[in-house]
This record gives sequence, C-alpha cells and structure tokens, in this order.
Amino acid sequence: MTRRHLLSTADLSADDATLILDTAAELARLADRPIKKLPTLRGRTVVNLFLEDSTRTRISFETAAKRLSADVINFSAKGSSVSKGESLKDTALTLEAMGADAVVVRHWASGGAHRLAHAGWIRGTVVNAGDGTHEHPTQALLDAYTLRSRLGSLDGRRVAVVGDVLHSRVARSNVHLLATLGAEVTLVAPPTLMPFAVETWPCAYSYELDPVLPKVDAVMMLRVQRERMNQAYFPTEREYARRYGVHAERMAALPEHAVVMHPGPMNRGLEISAEVADSARSTVTEQVANGVSVRMAVLYLLLGGSEPAIGTENEAGGTQPGATQAGATQPGGTQEGGAAR
Amino acid sequence: MSGRNWTIRGARVLGGEPRELYVRDGLLAAAPAADATVLDADGLIALPGLVDLHTHLREPGREDAETVLTGTRAAAAGGYTAVHAMANTDPVADTAGVVEQVWRLGREAGYCDVQPVGAVTVGIAGEHLAELGAMADSAARVRVFSDDGHCVSDAALMRRALEYVKAFGGVVAQHAQEPRLTEGAQMNEGEVSSALGLRGWPAVAEEAIIARDVLLAAHTGSRLHVCHLSTAGSVDLVRWAKSKGYPVTAEVTPHHLLLTDELARGYDPVYKVNPPLRTAADVEAVRAGLADGTIDVVATDHAPHPLEAKDCEWAVAAMGMLGLETALSVVQHTMVDTGLLDWAGVADRMSVRAAAIGSLGGHGRPLEPGEPANLTLLDPAASRTIEPHALHSRSRNTPFAGLKLPGVVHATFLRGAATVLDGKVVDR
Amino acid sequence: MTDVSTTSGARPGGGPGPGGPTGPMRAVLDAAAVQRALTRIAHEILERTQGADDAVLLGIPTRGAHLAARLGAQIAAVEGLELPVGTLDVTMYRDDLRLRPARALGRTEIPAGGVDGRLVVLVDDVLFSGRTIRAALDALGDIGRPRAVQLAVLVDRGHRELPIRADYVGKNLPTAQRETVQVRLAETDGQDAVLLGVKEGAR
Repeated sequence: MTRRHLLSTADLSADDATLILDTAAELARLADRPIKKLPTLRGRTVVNLFLEDSTRTRISFETAAKRLSADVINFSAKGSSVSKGESLKDTALTLEAMGADAVVVRHWASGGAHRLAHAGWIRGTVVNAGDGTHEHPTQALLDAYTLRSRLGSLDGRRVAVVGDVLHSRVARSNVHLLATLGAEVTLVAPPTLMPFAVETWPCAYSYELDPVLPKVDAVMMLRVQRERMNQAYFPTEREYARRYGVHAERMAALPEHAVVMHPGPMNRGLEISAEVADSARSTVTEQVANGVSVRMAVLYLLLGGSEPAIGTENEAGGTQPGATQAGATQPGGTQEGGAAR
Repeated sequence: MSGRNWTIRGARVLGGEPRELYVRDGLLAAAPAADATVLDADGLIALPGLVDLHTHLREPGREDAETVLTGTRAAAAGGYTAVHAMANTDPVADTAGVVEQVWRLGREAGYCDVQPVGAVTVGIAGEHLAELGAMADSAARVRVFSDDGHCVSDAALMRRALEYVKAFGGVVAQHAQEPRLTEGAQMNEGEVSSALGLRGWPAVAEEAIIARDVLLAAHTGSRLHVCHLSTAGSVDLVRWAKSKGYPVTAEVTPHHLLLTDELARGYDPVYKVNPPLRTAADVEAVRAGLADGTIDVVATDHAPHPLEAKDCEWAVAAMGMLGLETALSVVQHTMVDTGLLDWAGVADRMSVRAAAIGSLGGHGRPLEPGEPANLTLLDPAASRTIEPHALHSRSRNTPFAGLKLPGVVHATFLRGAATVLDGKVVDR
Repeated sequence: MTDVSTTSGARPGGGPGPGGPTGPMRAVLDAAAVQRALTRIAHEILERTQGADDAVLLGIPTRGAHLAARLGAQIAAVEGLELPVGTLDVTMYRDDLRLRPARALGRTEIPAGGVDGRLVVLVDDVLFSGRTIRAALDALGDIGRPRAVQLAVLVDRGHRELPIRADYVGKNLPTAQRETVQVRLAETDGQDAVLLGVKEGAR
C-alpha cells in the first residue's frame, strides 16, 4: 500500500484540500444523529502519540477516530516511557509492534512528525497534530472549513493572521493552505515576531494592524506567549495588546461580514479582548466543533480505502535519500523533497 | 607488506611530472635502498601527508563514538599523517595530564601523529584560563589552544588568552559563535529555517565574533586561527584582516565546501552540524576563499556521534559530521575538479599550512630528500560511493552517504611506515 | 466474500463502472421506457402501501437520489401527496472499502420527520450483488428504526450475492457476469437510458 501522510498543508493540492473539506461537510451531519458512529475504520488502530501536552486536540482526534469505529490508544508524554528517557525511535517501534495503522503525533520539536514518518521505524500513516513551530495541518483545515461555512468560497477572500507568527505552526499551515485555496493572506506582527525571509512566503505582511482590518474578510488571532516578553520580543503585555490586540474598537473597524478566529487557547485581554471572544463574529467554538468533522475526514481519506485519497507520494523511510542527490555536484543542487513549500 | 624502505615509481608529486621517490629509514632519500619494496604509483598523485588542524577523537570520555585508535585509523585511511585532537573530551583536555594521555594514546596506536589541542579555559566553561603554559611544556608540546564546541565569548578573556600564548608561540583557535544570538539554534537562519520552523543560527553570530577577534589579534600582536569558517561575510572579514597584515589564519571544513542548508528540509539529523550548513552563496564564497588563500587550510572538524545521537528528531540530535575519510575526495570534487585549485594548492591547504599553524615539525614538509617520509598517494581517477558501514571510524554519521566521490587514497606513509597500502589500512 | 462486484451500480459520482473499459453498449431501455417504468413503480408504491401516508423515499446517490426525487414528484402528481424525499449515502458502510482508494462521500439528507416508525423505500438505479443495499440497511439502522424497509430499483440484473430482493422493479434484466449495465439519467448524463455492454478483457 502506498504510504502517505499528512505532515504539512504544503503537501495538499487544491483538489486534496477541497476533498477534505467536502468530506468533512458530509461527516458533520453525523452530529445530528442519535448514533454518531460509522463503521468505516472498524478494526483499525489509531494511536494518539502526544509528546507535547494538549488535551483539546487529542480529544478531538480521539473523538474523530472513535466515531469512525477505530480503536484508539492514547500515549502521552507525562508519566510514560518517554518521560523516562525513551527515544522517539523506541516509542515508535513499540507502536509498530502493537499494530498501529495510524499515528497521530504531536511533538514539541519541529520536524518530529516528519522524522516519525520517514525514519523507517513504522509502516503506518502519520498525521501531524502539531510539530514544534513548524506545522499543524488539521488546525488549518478546520480553520478553512470554518471560514468556508461562514463566508462561502475562499477564492479571493482576504485573511489577516495576527500575532506571534514566528513561533506559530498554525500560521505556517494556514498560509500554505489559504494560498492554495486562492485566498490572500496578510501576516501582521511586530518585526521581532515576523519570520526571517517572510518576503519569500506566499503572502503579504505588515507591522501594523489597523490599516489591514478594514480590508479583510477574516482575522485569525494567534496566541501570544507571555514568556516571549522576557526574551525581548515585545516590551510589555500592555504595549502588545495596544498595538496588536483585537478589542471592540478594532472589531468595529472590520467589514460587517468579517469574522474573528482563534485556534485557542486564548489569552483574554492580551491578543483578544473578552468582548470580541464572546461576540457573534467570533468563530472560536465553531472551530472546535468543526475540528472533529475535519479530523474524521482526514482519517477516513488516509485510512478508509486501499490507499489514501490525499497527500503526495512520500518515499518509504529508513534510508537517507537526501545524500544521493543533494548538492552532489554543485552547491544547492537538486534536493530531497521533504517539507518544501 | 610494510617494510621501511620503498621505491615509489611514477608518482606525480604535487600533480607535477611523474618521478621516483625513495624512502629509506623513515626519510625521503636521493637514492633507493637496496632492499626497497617497489610500489607502482603510475597515475597516482603524491602529496605530503595530510595534516588536520581540527579533529574530535572523543577519547577520553566518549569512546562509544570514537577512540584514538579508531579515529587515527580513519585518519590514515583518509591520507592523514597528523591530526590535532580537540580538547572537548571528558575530562576536558585542560591540564598537562590529559593532553599527555591523548598524546601517548596516539603514539601507541601508531597510525597517525596525534597532536593534542589544549582548552583555553578550565572545563571549556569560558571563565578562567586553563594552565596553558603547563600544557605547552608537557610532553604533548601543545601549541594550539581552543575551546572548540564553545566560543570564548568574553572579550576580556579572549584578549588575555591571545596575549598569554605569545610566550610559547601558541595560537588561539576560536569557535566563532556569539552565544546570545544562537540560543537554541538548530540550523542556518534563512529561508529554509523559516519554512521548517527550526530556530535559526544567523551568519552574524559567527561574523561578529570574527570581527572582534581579528581586531584583538592585531591589538595584541598574537596569532588568531578561525575554526570552521562558514559564511561569505566571514571570508570577507578574514580577507580584510589579512590585507591589513593582521596575524589571522582560517580553516574551512569539507562539508561547508559542498553542502547547503537545503539538506535540512528532510529533517535528517545527519545534516545537523555546528556551524550549520549555509546557503549556496556561502559555499561559493568559501570555495573562492580557499582558492585565493584567504582560507589557509581545510580542516575536517571530524565529529563522530553514536547512532542514537542521530537516529532521532532533529532538535534532539547531536551536531557533527564525520570527515577524516572523505576530506580529500570532497576537496578534489569541489576544488580540483572544478579548476579552483591544483594539486600543489591541495598540498598547501591540506598539509603545509596546517603544519605551520600548528607548529608541527616534521609534517607538511617538501617531498625532498632529507625530509621525513610522511606522504600520501592518491588515485584521482578512481571514485567510490561512500558507504557508512565501510568507514574505519567507530561512528557512521557521514553526510556523504550514498554520494559517489572521486579520489581514492592508495597509500599513506607515516615516517616511512605504510599505514595504508593498496587502499587498505595496514593493521599494526 | 470480498468479490469485487464491479458494477453493483449505486456509487457516488456518475460515469462508467470500474473493472475495465467496456465494449460498445446498446440501449435496452430508451428514455420513454425509463419513464414508463418509473410511472409504474410510483403506482405500485401507492398501491402496495395503501396510500403511502407514512412512507419516506431515500435515494442512494448518485442516480438513485435522482430517481427518488422523480418518484416523489410522480406520486405528488398522481395523488397530490407530498412524500418526504431524501438521500442516503452508503460509502462509509460499504464492505469493499479497503479494496479501492478512499472515495469521496455523497450527500446524506434525511427528511425532517426522520425514519423512526416510518416505511422507508430505498431507491437505487441497478440491483446487482445486493451489497450496496446491505450497506444501506446498516446505514439506515444507525439513523433510526423504520417500521419497515422496501426497495425500489430501476433495473434488477440478477447475480445476487446476499439474500436481498427488490419490492419494486422497473425492468428485470438477466445478464451475464461479464456484462455491464449502466443507467443514464437526464439529470446527470443528459438523457435517460439503460445500456448493456460487455467488459473488455472480462474474466
């Protein structure tokens, strides 16, 4: 069976992404039924390997897998063999021995999911549930789903992504996906929180929020960690909230139809005011509900058939494919595909 | 067979016309010995035995990754007759006792001369000067001092170290990395790191230290050697310093001559190294710098790591790449075959100058009668695919795995004794 | 058990069945014949359910859904009775999912009154192995508990692999395994027809 994973939204074509969203739309109707279960993944084992804490995302994936009748095994870092120093490799080999068909992995290190998928330790499908500051593809998918259900087609829509973009895997995944679906993204952040080489990303960027707001159909707020203040990314919370927080006045500056999104958990009063978070424009709770449908769609499309219906071809792991073509004759020559944008 | 007397026929010395070389009693001679073994060197290039200014032999302390024995066998296989063993062992080589131990291990192994490097600061902690004088006076006769692995970032301390080593003709080899700009850094800061979500190691963190240190070298009148220089900006700084006549030398690793940060896209930690792989523009600049002599030597920064330190996530993996057994091939591939350097230049950059910087007598000498018979015979027409399991090192972390590279070492002689013959290490 | 019944008929998405290219096809029912068959089925439903007052029509996407809509319209025209009409996608309940790549889902729309205690009439275009209907019964079971389930199909081509039968049949069409039956409808294909052909390279 062709082994394909969902590691990055950069790997999804517009057709793939649309298929996921359409499938999620059908699966969302399940929530209205008395029996919220489909037999599709019966007998499959899905492991939630959460090496970084997250109750919310893990429960969302767990619900999604169970609604498809899969067996779910939860493996979290705390109190596990991992906290006793077991390597990712040994953890993976254990899961493989247990017959995991898919591993949903959240890792604190960027590239953690990629490594799990390509190192040759497991044969199953890998779904990236967030790796370090790199990507969080299902979050971007549920964000796109939410936007689509509120605004209709995403083609030509303008979305602002505001906050700590530098450290945000949600931002990266959203930039790729929204661009693929035809939306125009503008990143807004102080210069210290803007990624290096952002000019090469498929989006616009601005250091100022107010000029951007009247022109967008959606504002996606990113969580800002208070500790960043101590690393000199911004001077005080007060200044951050003033310059980049969305409060009632800023919300009023948005076009009437525009929505405010947040992947959660929110810092009420820092990047988003309580008033905005609880307003009708806020899609926060819908995002959570949509997460289950989107994750069901992803699991179904990756595992439900003889081969996955989405994603790009990935070489089987184990060997070091990079060396064979990488920079062999000239520097910067053809390179291994990996997480290319 | 490793007899002591040899007649080497048809070798192209430094790439010149083929001639005969005679080895007698450990020296090059004007005429052959009666009982000399004949070695047909038709088509082979003869170079002075290579000298590495920057190797990690890991012993004492990390013998699971490499030992002096396995490391010097790897060195010999790569054409080396002398290596400088860096001080970041466990315990650190910051006393006469440890450097003498490493020196002795090298002599006992017998595959290659091991010249220990002494740490600049106690424990490589960057706070107090180590007993540099004691190490210089020891049997190991240390002349190169380095905290490699860490930067001597305190400006006052770096100044004192530069001044202090003047007393015994020492040189301070700096690992240029401003710690505050590289906290938690994983790879070169650039387009790739931004896309991959890996914390960046900006070029300025290397260049800022080099800028400061070349000025300190000028101010103190003491020699500075820049370890593993990796960026275009660093090349410019060294070029400027040399143009002013400042006592500065610099080295570049083979991997920085060939590989770029694009390789990190697969998150394979075999490409994780410090300083990190840079951009194509940087690779071009260091090649040019090596060609015009701004960069004095190729130094491997051979950094063995056990399997588990690389068979894991990028963020958790150790930094470092093997280099001894592939250095000459990579230099041929990137510099000779591209026309940037001829074989005389290779001899200069991989042997002569390194010996001079390290004050290492007996190595890097002209291949003339009367000189010690430390030489390397290379077949430039042969090529091989790098196979990690075929390497002599105890570790397997080579970034060139699977690559086909030109140039195969045919023989290496250490004071007339063959450590490598017919492409194979000669067991002692 | 896991025989690849390639032309079991009701699959989401129009187009020819899998299992290889077909040779030339001939029409065994033309547009008029299709319409007559549907009219007859509508009358039969009304007759046998004595007025169909608690019936719900559920069509299996894609073509079954259109047929169900037509039947509903037909019944409304004849009796003035607006039956609830909906669709039931069975993709997630198929027993051959693991034999082919994961496929897109069709729309499931259960009418507002639900199915509990009602007479559900499943509507599909072709009845072949019966596996699609088995999947539909499983899907229905997770949605509610009808008082009874009946089946209306435009074509019954035989070769049942499960004990499933249709209550209302537009046309009985005995076929060979290596033959293929395709239904064309105006809504999806521009015109109504039932075509019969032979699979090329059929076993």
